[in-house]
Amino acid sequence: MPGMGGRMSTVIKAKISRLLDRAEDPGETLDYSYQKQLESLQNVKKGIADVVTAKKRLQMQSQKLEQSVVKLDTQARQALSSGNEDLARVALERKNVAQNELQSLDQQVTELEAQQEKLTDSEQKLRGKIEAFRTKKEVMKAQYSAAEAQVRISEAATGVGEEMADVGLAMQRAADKTEQMRARADAVAELEAAGTFDDLTTLGPGQDDIDRQLSELSSSSQVDDELSKMKAELGAGSGGGDSKQLEGGS
Amino acid sequence: MIVRISNEGQYRLDDGLHARLNELDAAAVAAVEADDEDKFHEAFEELLQVVRSEGTALGDDELEASEVILPPADLSFVEAGEEFTGDGLIPEPA
Repeated sequence: MPGMGGRMSTVIKAKISRLLDRAEDPGETLDYSYQKQLESLQNVKKGIADVVTAKKRLQMQSQKLEQSVVKLDTQARQALSSGNEDLARVALERKNVAQNELQSLDQQVTELEAQQEKLTDSEQKLRGKIEAFRTKKEVMKAQYSAAEAQVRISEAATGVGEEMADVGLAMQRAADKTEQMRARADAVAELEAAGTFDDLTTLGPGQDDIDRQLSELSSSSQVDDELSKMKAELGAGSGGGDSKQLEGGS
Repeated sequence: MIVRISNEGQYRLDDGLHARLNELDAAAVAAVEADDEDKFHEAFEELLQVVRSEGTALGDDELEASEVILPPADLSFVEAGEEFTGDGLIPEPA
């Protein structure tokens, strides 16, 4: 047909064609073509495994952060009930940072899950096409003269090639996302390594720098709100509180 | 004609839909050029929807080349900008 005209055919198709160019020459020998298809299927499996690895890492970090949030909340309460408001504020600031990280990690895990699902679908589809190609190839070899079979199988190979290019695009997108998330996970790991979410009772001198950075990171109004809410809760309760352990901390 | 939605699948469409698709495509491109994100998503989503609802999905055993290849449904506005200005979703081979 006389082309779609406009940009749809010229721009978009040209991009995919470049991938196709790199994918393979349909005129190559038929068995080699099938071999290439199987290799490409292996690559998709590797791509899926990469996404799963990235997801697991994020999930582990997310679990750790959840524990930190609970721990820091408890410590803030303890500090407040023993009258140490500064320490309570530090704990809440850290909790605030941990919570923000947690939220973005959870979002990313969901996004990676969607990527994984998409790639798994693509893999299945490509597997189906390759299987169809294998069958057609044998049938055509049997039914047609060598030259005619070559032409028809090349056409079929083009169809599979397009599917491979499409899976290639899906993998590219998944890899880009995974890369972004790896950077994110590294940033969280750095915060952890800096002791950001550590037990506050082990806080020694020299933490001022971290605390200063943290109060910049966390929204102070949110911390203020939470602090006054916590005060109200504690005031309404038995008051006093039984924990003195934080004061003896450093 | 056969239209592929990237990362989704291929559909067989009546050739008569050609004008309609081209119109929506032009609208999507115009929205990108006008930096109108909402309008872009609207046009692009409708374009995909026409393909999905008017077309018949190709079976896994059909090995056909597509005449038109559309970007994936989760194309972001930023990616669309790159796509339509020639930088492309797929990086140039180094």
